[in-house]
Amino acid sequence: MNQQEQLTKGIDWIFVLLYAILVCTGILCIFMVEYNPDINWAASFISGKTEYSKQLIFAGVSAILAIFILLSDSKLYTAFANLLYLFGIFLMFLTFAIGKNVNGSRSWIPLGGGFNLQPAQLCTIFTSLALSKYLSMQDLDFTKVRSQIIAAAIALFPALISIMQNETGLAIVYFAFFIPMYREGLPGWILVVGFSFAFLVVATLIMEPNTLAIILTVIAAVSVYFLRKKIKRSKSLLAFIIGIWILCVGIQRFAVPYIFNDVFQCYQSTRIYAMVGKTYDCSQNRHAINREENNKSISKPDDYNVRQSKIAIGSGGLLGRGFLKGTQTRGKYVPEQQTDFVFTSLGEAFGFAGCSIFLMIYLFILYRIVRIAERQRSSFSRVYAYCVAGILLLHITINICMTIGLFPVVGIPLPLVSYGGSSLITFTILIFILIRLDADRQMVLR
Amino acid sequence: MLVQNNNHIRNRIILGIFTAVFAIIIIQLLNLQLFSPKYKIQAENNAILRKVQYPDRGIIYDHHGRAILQNVVNYDLVVTPSESRKGVDTALLCRILNIDTAEYNKRMLTAIFKNTRFKPSTFEPLLTQELYAQLNENLYKFPGFSLQERPVRSYPYHCGANFLGRVGEVSADYLKKNPDGGYQAGDYIGLTGLEKQYETILMGQRGVTRSLRDNRGRPQGSYANGEFDTVAVAGRNIYTSIDIKVQQLGEKMFQGKIGAAIAINPKTGGIIAMVTAPTFDPNDLSPAEYRKHIEFLATDTSGPMLNRAVTGRYPPGSTYKPVGALIGLDEGLITPASGYPCLGAYYGCNTRIRCDEHWAGHADNLKLAIANSCNSFFCNLFKNTIDNPKYGSPRKGYAAWRNYMHGFGFGNPLGIDIAGEKGGNIPDTTIYNEAYGPRWVGCNMVTMGIGQDKMLLTPIQSANEACIIANKGWYYTPHFVDSLEHQSDDDTVYLAKYHIKHEPLHISDADYRTVQQGMEDVTEVGTAQNVSIPGIKYAAKTGTAQVPHLKNLAVFIAYAPADNPKIAIAVYVENAGYGATWAAPIGARMMEQYLNDTLTDDSQADVDRLSKVNLFPPQIYEWRRKKDSLKQVQLREKAKEIDSIAMAKHDDSLRVAATQKEKKLPHDTDSHNHLSPVIINEDKKTSSSPAREKRK
Repeated sequence: MNQQEQLTKGIDWIFVLLYAILVCTGILCIFMVEYNPDINWAASFISGKTEYSKQLIFAGVSAILAIFILLSDSKLYTAFANLLYLFGIFLMFLTFAIGKNVNGSRSWIPLGGGFNLQPAQLCTIFTSLALSKYLSMQDLDFTKVRSQIIAAAIALFPALISIMQNETGLAIVYFAFFIPMYREGLPGWILVVGFSFAFLVVATLIMEPNTLAIILTVIAAVSVYFLRKKIKRSKSLLAFIIGIWILCVGIQRFAVPYIFNDVFQCYQSTRIYAMVGKTYDCSQNRHAINREENNKSISKPDDYNVRQSKIAIGSGGLLGRGFLKGTQTRGKYVPEQQTDFVFTSLGEAFGFAGCSIFLMIYLFILYRIVRIAERQRSSFSRVYAYCVAGILLLHITINICMTIGLFPVVGIPLPLVSYGGSSLITFTILIFILIRLDADRQMVLR
Repeated sequence: MLVQNNNHIRNRIILGIFTAVFAIIIIQLLNLQLFSPKYKIQAENNAILRKVQYPDRGIIYDHHGRAILQNVVNYDLVVTPSESRKGVDTALLCRILNIDTAEYNKRMLTAIFKNTRFKPSTFEPLLTQELYAQLNENLYKFPGFSLQERPVRSYPYHCGANFLGRVGEVSADYLKKNPDGGYQAGDYIGLTGLEKQYETILMGQRGVTRSLRDNRGRPQGSYANGEFDTVAVAGRNIYTSIDIKVQQLGEKMFQGKIGAAIAINPKTGGIIAMVTAPTFDPNDLSPAEYRKHIEFLATDTSGPMLNRAVTGRYPPGSTYKPVGALIGLDEGLITPASGYPCLGAYYGCNTRIRCDEHWAGHADNLKLAIANSCNSFFCNLFKNTIDNPKYGSPRKGYAAWRNYMHGFGFGNPLGIDIAGEKGGNIPDTTIYNEAYGPRWVGCNMVTMGIGQDKMLLTPIQSANEACIIANKGWYYTPHFVDSLEHQSDDDTVYLAKYHIKHEPLHISDADYRTVQQGMEDVTEVGTAQNVSIPGIKYAAKTGTAQVPHLKNLAVFIAYAPADNPKIAIAVYVENAGYGATWAAPIGARMMEQYLNDTLTDDSQADVDRLSKVNLFPPQIYEWRRKKDSLKQVQLREKAKEIDSIAMAKHDDSLRVAATQKEKKLPHDTDSHNHLSPVIINEDKKTSSSPAREKRK
């Protein structure tokens, strides 16, 4: 009795409840996608062949895992953090050897029985732990550039492997670790520069090169004019402004076209251009040209997914068509609707109101995690909590933005909702480690 | 510790970033879900399959309640080009339809050209049963294609093509002009005849069902539980005055002849039969058969598509004489006792107009003159009508006569309920002013008195003339439709005008009775004494009009029974001979069929005899032969061109080809010579004829 009380003591039940709500929502969404009025759903449910019944099994597995984690000792995670990280990296390298090709990326390890494991996803947990471990080292001075670089390396190394696996989507998720790093003292200007860079890239895509160059020049000229008194005092400021100007124009003129034409695959460039409402001319793409020279036909993915996804969400209106009444969902117009595009079924069935409530649940979870983070005594737990928040944020943002046409289509699931055992189990582990750590917040772990 | 404090504020910044990101998502959702109605429309276009249910088209019944035509269900393969750009198993489709890819592409282009790529067009009309089964099974492999149910007409009696008309795909032109007509491209609409005239009655109301479909176009149940569906309302039936047996009999007897026959119920104006010849089986122009037959029907020199009963303009010949007599009686120019001393010809206008009878006394009174069809009597009467001193001048006399003609329904279309009716020709005085100067007299046009000169009537006007005489002065405008199913006040537009009794002339019953007696005598002692209807006394007038290049036009008008007329008829047979020989038997058999509802054995034998006679003018065979050989020559020329290209390397063969070409050339040029369209253009046929009247 006493022991049981001790075990459940300190567990954030609100968080667990939110978790459960999301998993249930997910199963309902998948049910909506799979539902066919002509087939007796009860029978197909029991037969276990449908994806929602599979997802229910995954949810059961997750529950068992969650209980195990809650029963475990939180010291375990600090102790094994680095080892697990190395194991994760090993798994990722393993994919090059025994990886399975799913939708063009070799990032899955077949486990047999139709189940696959995506190490890159699992590795987010290990990286979180490792980063937490590193940042919570007692003798670490995170104001030093060296330690900042080491932290960034820990965070981005799996991302690098992920890119090599041709799994760009998950690589982006690893940028989530800049949030805990920022919280722990990474200079703010890095984020500002990052955002400015992103803004510049988008501007390059949208605007005529010459127009943008003129605008940049005008901005530089105006800042020189307003800072003319300061420039008189120090010439280095002028040099700095000119340097920035040259850098911006250089990016806009050479770097971005180089990346889009020579680094990215044709389909990647097309998707990114489609996001900002432009069409990309594949004949400029080096990969496409090479392929054409090799006499292979160019794969021409159009924006069918995004268009159908936007139609499905847009047709929901304010209140939606109602549960199981979505015509686009019933007609299977949105590809991958139970996995990456699961948000569309929700958007169509429950409309703007439903989507808003759903998003509020997510936002509430994020707030909750930040609150949990800030009440930790141990910096390991705090950093880990921010890691979880960051990972969730990036998943949610990228996934939903991709369904509503604000982000190019990359294979990123909606946390806890999308169909898929790998992703559900990963997020379960990620979250329940946090709950376990939080439950032990009174213990000084370091 | 200072750093730690500084970092402590950062959680608020991080929360701010979270909130900002979610705010952006919410804004985009607002934009998509609340301010972009286009997505809703696109979603409907995606998922809602709008299926039109065509109601059964109304049936047209004859007077005895027999269905003249029936509906048969057929299926069309319909394509919406914009939806079939991708994923169509073209190879399989082409194999099923037995076409090649080039044909597939051609049809696709035609569809786009006809109805734009967003609207469905017919890809393969009227599928056979097995084609339907094969396509239905594989339809999911052909996105954008669907099977459209299509009721099609069939005609169990194989007759009446000229007035029933036909249904066909509605033209783009019509759609443009009638955007609110409720038709879509590919719909069928009545194009001619009764089908066109009563389109709104026959078509009914189309029903629309909306159902969901998935990304492969497979149906997924009804949309919104059928809340927006409408039910198809069947078209209304039409009950006509046609007696289909009489019609069939008429068409049978007109086999191998050119002409027309019209039978009208004089008491109601209802048309009993409207025969035109040559004609065709209406089944031949049903949508499935259309392509096979239309070329011949539309281009043949005999003009099988013409409805001669209402568009043919013929000189009435002697069948005009009863009208001439009525005018004379009404004007007081003659009495029933008036006669004319004819001895075989009329010399009153310094020309000789022959009369078939030359025994003295054959025109001693009006009845005899009608019964024996005396040309002299009626030429004289006409001359006196025009030169009537009562009016002061021939011009005014002519005007008065012309007024009578209009009163008898001549010179203008009667206004029957199918389109295309012609007015015949009762010329006004200008044409004579031009021809003879201002000082012409009755003698200039004296043959008008025996139904020749410039007088032209349509067969239906002649039949109407018989009605007027039978009714002693009144008539209803001839029409087909007696009543409509579920008739309501809204339908008065269609039928009210046929319930108005016309009595434009007030000629006395006594005058009519005299003429009737004369016509009764025609069948007993007169020109048609050899033609009888078993058990029925009837009244008639035969006529024989001369036509250039051809044998005489045989004309016959009659009504029966004489004491209580139930049927009035007019028969015209081109290139035939005496009216009593060719036109009268046809008319008599049709009347017999109508009145007795059967034919005696003798009559049946007569029908068989008549149906076997071929009275086609030889010119028509000549024309057909020329047209065929012209086609042959063209085909050969084409084949030779291909050959000559193949053999171009050999100089010899080239020279041979050239000489052959030369040989063929004269043949080519003379084929258009002297195609004076006597048959096609009835106008020319008689206007220039040296008018003379024969009588039997």
